[in-house]
Parts: sequence; C-alpha cells; structure tokens
Amino acid sequence: MEAYFNTLADALTCKLTGEEVLTLNFGGEASDFVRFNQSSIRQAGSVRDSSISLDLILGACHAKGHTSLTGDQSEDLSRLTALLADVREMLPCLPEDPHLLYATEVQSTTQSGENRLPEAGTAVDSILTAGAGLDLVGVYASGEISHGFANSLGQRNWFSSHTFNLDWSLYHETDKAVKCGYAGFDWGQEQFEVKMAAAAAQLQVIKRSPRTIPPGKYWVYMAPAAVCDYLGMLNWDGFGLKSHRTKQTSLLKMIEVGTRLSPVVTLCENTRDGVAANFQNAGFLKPDTVSLIDQGQHRNCLISPRSAKEYGVATNGAGAGEGAESLEMKAGSIPQREILARLDTGIYINNIWYLNYSDRPAGRITGMTRFACFWVENGEIIAPLNVMRFDETIFHAFGENLIGLTEEREMLLDPETYDGRSTSSSRVPGALIEDFNFNL
Amino acid sequence: MFDQVIERFRNVAPRAEFWSLRMVSSRQEYIEVRQDVLQPVTTARDIGVMITVIHRGGFGYAATSNLTESGLKAAASQACAWAERSRKIGILDFSTITMPAPTGEYRSPIRIPWQSVPLPERIDRAVSECARLKTDDHIVDWETSLWFTEEDHLFLTSTGGESLQHFELLTPGMSVTANEGSETVSRSFGGFDLGRQGGWEVLEEIAFADQPPVLTEEVIELLAAPNCPTGSMNLLLDASQMYLQIHESIGHPLELDRILGDERNYAGTSFVTPEMLGTYRYGSDLLNITFDPTIRDEFASYAYDDDGSKAEKECIIRNGILERGLGGITSQARLGLPGVANSRACSWNRPPIDRMANLNLEPGVSSFEDMVAAVEQGVYMKSNNSWSIDDSRNKFQFGCEYGRVIRDGQLAEVVKKPNYKGISATFWRNLEMTGNQDTFFVMGTPHCGKGEPNQAIRVGHATPACLFSNVDIFGGE
Repeated sequence: MEAYFNTLADALTCKLTGEEVLTLNFGGEASDFVRFNQSSIRQAGSVRDSSISLDLILGACHAKGHTSLTGDQSEDLSRLTALLADVREMLPCLPEDPHLLYATEVQSTTQSGENRLPEAGTAVDSILTAGAGLDLVGVYASGEISHGFANSLGQRNWFSSHTFNLDWSLYHETDKAVKCGYAGFDWGQEQFEVKMAAAAAQLQVIKRSPRTIPPGKYWVYMAPAAVCDYLGMLNWDGFGLKSHRTKQTSLLKMIEVGTRLSPVVTLCENTRDGVAANFQNAGFLKPDTVSLIDQGQHRNCLISPRSAKEYGVATNGAGAGEGAESLEMKAGSIPQREILARLDTGIYINNIWYLNYSDRPAGRITGMTRFACFWVENGEIIAPLNVMRFDETIFHAFGENLIGLTEEREMLLDPETYDGRSTSSSRVPGALIEDFNFNL
Repeated sequence: MFDQVIERFRNVAPRAEFWSLRMVSSRQEYIEVRQDVLQPVTTARDIGVMITVIHRGGFGYAATSNLTESGLKAAASQACAWAERSRKIGILDFSTITMPAPTGEYRSPIRIPWQSVPLPERIDRAVSECARLKTDDHIVDWETSLWFTEEDHLFLTSTGGESLQHFELLTPGMSVTANEGSETVSRSFGGFDLGRQGGWEVLEEIAFADQPPVLTEEVIELLAAPNCPTGSMNLLLDASQMYLQIHESIGHPLELDRILGDERNYAGTSFVTPEMLGTYRYGSDLLNITFDPTIRDEFASYAYDDDGSKAEKECIIRNGILERGLGGITSQARLGLPGVANSRACSWNRPPIDRMANLNLEPGVSSFEDMVAAVEQGVYMKSNNSWSIDDSRNKFQFGCEYGRVIRDGQLAEVVKKPNYKGISATFWRNLEMTGNQDTFFVMGTPHCGKGEPNQAIRVGHATPACLFSNVDIFGGE
C-alpha cells in the first residue's frame, strides 16, 4: 500500500499548476470483525476500506477533498484527478485563510509493522473454546491499519501496523459482568487464557448477591481502565489550545485561577511509546513526548497547526481535534497488592461508563459504574455493586481527594472503531480517591 | 457507477442460498465559519459495497471500497467464508429467516436543491450569519456550520430484490460562547440536533436567520444568571432537550438487539424484557410514541431499511403502554415478536443492526403557556449540552444550556447550568402535560453511536415540549 500511495501522490503532484501546493492523507484498513453473543458468533465479516484526503493550496487559499479508493490505479487516479479539478474550481470562491499552516520542511518517515497475526479463524476458535459454558459477549477485530502523508514538496510519511483487539465481557445475568480486553501484535494463547481465568474468577464474585448503596461520598479505587476513561474526557475540550484560548476547556480553573491537581499527577502525550503514527495530517512530525500536566501543574496544551497559526505559537504535532492519542500517566507509589487494605471500606471500580461533562468550566464529570464494581469492607471484597451514578470534578478526584496512584500501570489499546480502527492508547495506573461523589 | 458495479457483481455473485449487495455512494460538503474566519471548505466522496451471504445457516459479510470485478469477487469470497465458518457456531440458523426482496424507490423531498445554490452563496450565508454573533466583548467564540450530505443506496438480492433510495440531508449549526473569569457559557442552535432531509429550504424551515439575536442575548443573560436551583420540582422541557430524553430513555432501551444481549459488551442492555411488550406501563396516559419513517423532512425517513424490509409507521407506546420494540427482521425472528423496519447501517462499511430511526412523541393539546401556568415551582430547560445514562438505560442525567425558573405559573429568572437526573422507569410516568402542535419540532441528530464494530448513524425525533413532575433538578458547582 505504501508504494501505491506514493505512486498516486507522485502522479497527482504532476497535475499541479503554477504555485499550487498539495497535501495528501491516506487512510486504510483491512480488518476482520467477529462479534459474539452468548459465546456464539453474532455477526462476522471483513472490511476493506481505503481513502485519500487532499488539501489543495494556492497562496493562502485552500480547499479540501476526500475520496474512497478502489485499489485499481487507473480508476483511483481518475477519481483523484476529478476531485482535484473540483477542489481547484472552488479556490476562486474562497478568501485567504489566515490560519493555514502546513509543514514545509521535508521530513519523511516510515514505520511498517510486521504481520504476526493469527488467521482469523484460529483466534475465533480459541475465543469460543475459552467461552464454552460461559456467556461471552464482545468483538474480535484484527488486521492491518495504514496511514500515509505526502505533499508536493516531496515529503512522504507512512505508518502501518497489524494489530488485534479483543474486547469482551463475561456475563452472569442482567447487568452483572466482568469486562476484559486483550490487544496487541502477537496472539499469545497462554496470555489470553490467563486473562480468561482471571475474568472467570472475578465472575464468581459477581454471582454474589449485589449491594445497593445510597448516594453520598465514598472512598473508591479506580482501576486503570476506569482511570483511562475518566482522564480520557480531557480529550474533549480539555488539552487543546483552542479550548484554552476560547475559555471552553474543562481545565479552565487551572489557567484562570491556578488550580492544581495532586502533585502525584503527571500526564503527557507519549507518541514514542504509543502505537499511533508519528505524523499528523498537515505533515508535522509529532515530538516524542509533550508534557501536559507535571506534578499537578498545567504545562502545555496540545497545539494543532491551525491553532498554532491562530494564536502565534508553535505546533506540537497535535491533530485537528487536539486530543491525546498516546496518553501516559506517571506511576505512583502504592503497590497494587496493598490497594484493598488501603481502600478499607469503599468501592472498587473496574469500569465506568457514559461519561459527560455536567459542568465543564468546573471540570465536573458525570458517569456510571459498570461491569465488575465491588463493595469493599475492611479490605475485603464483599459483593458486586448495583450501578451508581457519580458526578465529581477532576479537581477533587485527581486533586485534593487523590490519596495515591499505583506503582503498576496498564497499557490499554483503544478498541474504538467508529471512523476505522483506532490507534490510540493509554498507559495509566490505578487511583485511590477519597470522598468521591455518587449522586444517584 | 451503480450500473457498472451491478454488471461486474453479477459476473462474480456468490453461489449461496441468499446474498445481498448493498451499495452506498455519498457526497458531502462541509462549510464552517469560526470567529468570522472561513474554515477549509471540504467536499467528500465515498462509495463502497457490502456483500452479505446466508448459506446453510451461516451468515457472513464483506465490505469493500474496491469496486473492480476482482475486488467484488474477493469480497464475495470473504462473505462466503465467514458464512461457512460461522454456520455451526452462530447465534441462530440464519437460513430460517426469509429475507425481504424489496422493489421500489425513495427520494428525499427537496424544494431547493443544494447544488442549485452557487457555492459562493452557500459560503456567504454561513459567513453572514456568523458575522451577526459577536455582539458583546464577553463573547469569546462563535461559529456557524452547514453540513450537507447526498446519498444513494442501492440494494440487490439474489431473490430479485432491487431498491434505490436517494437522500439529501442538511445539518446546520450555530453557536456562541461567552466568558467571564472562570465562568463560560454557551448557546447553540442545531449543530448536532437539527438534521433534516431537504435542501437549501431547510434553513428557512428552521428559521436559521432568526437565531443570532436570540442566541447572543441569551448567552449574555446566562453569564450573569444565578445557578440553577436544586430540588424536586416540575420540569418543562423544550423539544431541543426532549429529543434526547426520548432517544436515550425510550429509543435505546427498546432496541430488540439490546434486549437480546448483543450490545452488552458495548452500548449496553435494557431494563425492558420481552415479556413487557404488550403490557408494561412505560409512561403516563399522555405518552404516545411512534416509529414513523413517513414524515417528509425527518432525518431518518426511508422506504426500506438496510435488510430490505419495507418501512411503515408503527405505534411503539400507546397511552403509556408499551406495544412494540424496535427491531428488524433478524431480531424479530430471534424473539418471535413483531418489530419495525429498522435494521440499519451507517454506511456500506458496517453491517446493519437494530437502530432507532425516526422515533417521535406525538403532540398533545397543551399550549406552552398552559404548561407554564400549571407550574407552581419548576424550571424550564432548553438545548441539551450533556447526556449520560446507565447501561440498562435507567439512571440518567442530562444538562441543558439554558434554564428559566417557573414560579407560580410565570416564567421568572434565567438560570445557568440546569441539570436533572432520574430513572427511566419512573420518569415517564410523571409526564403531566404534552405540548400541542405549536410546540412540536422535528429534530434529528447524525451522531447516534452503537454496535461492534462501532457505527454512528442519523436518527430523527419529532416532539412537542413536555411537562414532568417531581424531577430532581440541580445546577453547576
């Protein structure tokens, strides 16, 4: 695919006239998706999808186009040529864009992952074998993901990886279940079986009679998956420069009145150790890391090229959405084995669900407990918890009320597949928090 | 292009008990103006097919953007392979389902085709409306957007089915944000909740040009407003919030595939069980909910769903009693219960699953003034800005941009950050009054997310304003 993309890019570059500049972004996947319910196959299929987005620039005027590709060079060139012509026809209607910024220093890179994936049927057989006698629900996604960038200045960037992502839960009844995830580049049968065994063990606890608790403030332990989701809200108008400069960020208190998070909170965008491409769609390379919050203090925003131009600062490789794709949180000092004892009495939260801002300027986030969440007394897991709604600010939860973070962290690969299979990831510890507010 | 692809496909069609070919071709244009700066105008084209095979009980699909004969052949082969692989380990024997063979057409009703308006005029409209939004120094961000989509859906079956549906859709938006210190408030119109079928005329139908003075005045009001009060009281919801209340706590819990457990790993399950269909009191006598694919300009009107079932209006909840769930032909077969034609996919690259389409609350007889007059103590809320609900679709919490206290039958002071929470199973039984046709508005969102793999699809919700009693209301920090 890389060679094919470069061929198309070269051909299109030849079709430019005068001072025109062209940028191209390629996106493609060849994925298998197998969906399970009740340890049977619900829907199974494959998706082969590739497309190119282009930005035709003349001076400070530009317009964008996008087309899907067939993989047939003649047909694709024909589509791209027609698209280029249509976009070119738009330019005279358009004013200059004062916020246009694209990479002009040529920095070409290539990252091509090796395909070590099992044949889809092999993994599916393993999953169904392990799920026999259980109620297994979820999805196995696997295949190649590709991204490419090219411009008429000669820059070429390529990223491809072959990954799998099994996202599943084991159900007891109604909403009582254990959630699991296994993702990576190599299917390890032993590793998968260890995860299944751990989930099956937790399922035995799920089968105990559930506890309902009244709304109020409780000590909680948030496992890494829950921490990932809670902090992941900051990808929605939290980290981005545009949200900061237009006062819409959920971290507004940090920039307006200097509010800090706990000194143990250090967050960065770590592209070097993530699984995403190291370039963004205007051709800028991402730095290895961008410090976002350091020991509780705000350090940097994620800055897209447009925001950089608008606000007169340097871009740091962020995409248009200015969200983190490889979020990393520094580990803490609490050994995982001590968590239950330190929690003493409270709620052990493995997963949370359906988060939203309930008061964005105040950093207040609401959501639900979900899957394996337990009531704990005197350091012992007593019973599964009936779902509870929380409504708590990040400044409390990861500020004054944060007791500590675990020494151990988990690397979580995002299973999301809305506009194609995600290459985002998070590496985060668990968090012990006091007085976490539940309101329903 | 469609004819070419059909011809190529007929040369490589799989040998199977049943196959279908679903081709979707779309063209989109996105115009956005932010702080009076035109953002890059984008035109997008996408075309691909999904081939579905049912054979010896198994089901498989393959989607591809490669529309060459070899690409279609490869996809057909993949679909067959998945059908074979899954046939003894599938959730059901798909060969027991008689798949529809639709023949017919649909076209969105259009008065002023989008393409008949020159691009400079389309851009100018967005620019000129945006220019009316910066009316105060406290306003720190303002924008307008016009998102146009044109889609053609071809559906062929091995049993002689052939349908062609053409959709044209517009999702306009406008928003303004004001700030003072660490307080920021916004007012918006459309953006993600006012999608409709139609062309340029949609802007006139939704009174797009009337909104700037309303939004700019209200956002400044909000900045100076007190926090929404806390307490259990009456709640009057505008259509711009009602649509999402319906969506989250009626639409999703009634999707039959959720009731069957398909979504339990992702979007969740439901508090509704099959036994409730026909008898369960979902809401007060005033609650009448319909699945209606026939409203001419509503976002998700169509003639056939993506499994080829003919779409017809059905009553889902009648006088508060749950009658029917929202499930297409596969779910109906699995449950042995009737449903509706709502087996839908967001595009060619995702398989159809049960999706609410147009789900509407039928208007009542109360005027807005009647509903206000009926309230001793309460809050009126409009324009959703926050939504969250549990995985069984029961414990919800919503927030709106704008609230007004209602006191002794009169609208009183504006309040900011109005939020409310509740439980679906009891909330709808507290429906006290439903608004008349004057309060009825056709809403539509392009962003309903569900499914594994994930897909975001458009849905429509037409609803009047409604009054509820004994709702837990609260404000911001």
